[in-house]
Amino acid sequence: MKILVCISNVPDTTTKITFTNDNTQFNTSGVSFIVNPYDEIALSRAIELCAGGKGTVTVINVGESVTEPTIRKALAIGADDAVRINAEPRDAYFTAYQIAEYAKTTDYDMILCGRESIDYNGSQVAAMVGEFLDIPSISIIKKLDYDGTTATIEREIEGGKEVVSVSGKFIASCAEGTAVATIPNMRGIMSARSKPLQVVEAKEIAQISKVQQFDTPPPRGAVKLVPADETEKLIGLLHSEAKVI
Amino acid sequence: MSVLVYVEQVDGKFKKSVFEAVSYAKAIADIQGSSLTAISIGNVGEAELKELGKYGASKVLNVSNDQLKNFINQAYASVIAEAAKKESAAVVVLSNSFSGKGLAPRVAVKLEAGLVDGAVELPKLDGGQFLVKKTAFSGKAFAITELTSAIKVIALNPNAFGVKESAVEAAVEAFSPEIKATDFTAIVKEIVRATNKVSLPDAELVVSAGRGLKGPENWGMIEELANLLGAATACSKPVSDADWRPHSEHVGQTGIAISPNLYIAIGISGAIQHLAGVSSSKVIVVINIDPEAPFFKVADYGIVGDAFVVVPKLIEALKAHKG
Ligand SMILES: Cc1cc2nc3c(=O)[nH]c(=O)nc-3n(C[C@H](O)[C@H](O)[C@H](O)COP(=O)(O)OP(=O)(O)OC[C@H]3O[C@@H](n4cnc5c(N)ncnc54)[C@H](O)[C@@H]3O)c2cc1C
Repeated sequence: MKILVCISNVPDTTTKITFTNDNTQFNTSGVSFIVNPYDEIALSRAIELCAGGKGTVTVINVGESVTEPTIRKALAIGADDAVRINAEPRDAYFTAYQIAEYAKTTDYDMILCGRESIDYNGSQVAAMVGEFLDIPSISIIKKLDYDGTTATIEREIEGGKEVVSVSGKFIASCAEGTAVATIPNMRGIMSARSKPLQVVEAKEIAQISKVQQFDTPPPRGAVKLVPADETEKLIGLLHSEAKVI
Repeated sequence: MSVLVYVEQVDGKFKKSVFEAVSYAKAIADIQGSSLTAISIGNVGEAELKELGKYGASKVLNVSNDQLKNFINQAYASVIAEAAKKESAAVVVLSNSFSGKGLAPRVAVKLEAGLVDGAVELPKLDGGQFLVKKTAFSGKAFAITELTSAIKVIALNPNAFGVKESAVEAAVEAFSPEIKATDFTAIVKEIVRATNKVSLPDAELVVSAGRGLKGPENWGMIEELANLLGAATACSKPVSDADWRPHSEHVGQTGIAISPNLYIAIGISGAIQHLAGVSSSKVIVVINIDPEAPFFKVADYGIVGDAFVVVPKLIEALKAHKG
């Protein structure tokens, strides 16, 4: 069995988000980058499925060489090898296209990724890769079992869940529940350095979307405190001032 | 030229978020001086389809086909893309719901269309540019994204635009595009839906609780408060990690991002990762025993106090208010 796991290089979750150049660029100065937390869940599940010699896990990242520490982290968690597609991942369409083009050149049973990246929150890549490859894409899954040919997947839906079964190649985007993110151990960190990391060049595709400007939410006014024994006052404010109940 | 909106049905009915997407799509059609067509897939009755006219859809394409009874994103995406071609749609609008997230990217690739997911405002058409504002960095920022493709796909965030009436007579038309067999590779085995609960992603009111509640046995009052308000329940990450509550209730940077009209946070400290997913709520109420809790800095209303005392009183006050 071979599983491809797409990983995205994103700002650490504690990052204070600021912009430069007239709010046209994300300010990366002083920001540390991590494996997208949802991708870690996907990777951890892939490693579990392949444990005991049942298969191998290849991580794929679309990024310039600055993302290599993040790729090494994924190798330390337990991926067997890595592929970096050498390009700035300018939007989900471009990124998904590169992943799909790479997947066409290799053998695999499934592709896993996180439900969304925590920077652009697109939730786009998985379904786009699925469409480029004309294979099923199951978005926002919380459980994945695989018997060697058929996957049984639980997917989140509004107010519940859905169980889907897929035979043959597919791509799924993983959310919490699918696995608990594995923390790399010392042996993993040591061996990560010598695991293969292949660099392939990106393919050209027309650009159809571009972030022109960033904006931050307006600051909120000061909090109105209500004494703990006057809860009826809070209800009153929510009703007649905020008009939300 | 037209605008196409996908109207997701659940058991033959449309939810409020669908009427919101239709209202939004109608506003885009008005800006572009074009008409609005809705595409419905699955078994929906004529009367329910006609409802869409109330929000501005002058035409409804109705795909009623047993094979398409259950949502299979691959097949649904094919139907929507075919409808977009048939209607010469310049813009395709969907809700940024769980199924929308699985659909919109496939539709976009089929149409070679740029996609903005998580849109929070109407597009701005500035000197030939088509700009859409969307949430980014898990609610910590917005990204104003330009789409330059001929066709544009927009997935609208729930509660971002609101439902707006703009009544026209909706003409319902049967539509039966051909769908290839491989679009049905994934098979739906089971659907489990709790019908008595308000679904969190598109809820207007949300009652959320954190580790301050000490244990899962104390959620009774949270659920009672939520029931009284008609609100959905949510929780912080450590709470779902500890299995006090299901993962589907986890909000924040690594959970779901929500923007309800009212978010009540009880016993939640307000860590940056938590705030990321909830700070675009219109009104935030914080109940916390610690006056220094960071959550108060982003709250509109707050009560400093013990949740085990305050929440029961709040329930009493709410019952009194409702009479
Ligand atoms: C990579 C990463 C991603 C993360 N993603 C998320 C995420 O998506 N969502 C998320 O929520 N967190 C996330 N976190 C965790 C986050 O950093 C916080 O640890 C978490 O939000 C804290 O949850 P809490 O507020 O429930 O608990 P605590 O921080 O323990 O806060 C409990 C609060 O309850 C109050 N309290 C205690 N007793 C009472 C009482 N009797 N009455 C009233 N108040 C009381 C306390 O004053 C305190 O403010 C993430 C962390 C990391 C590292």
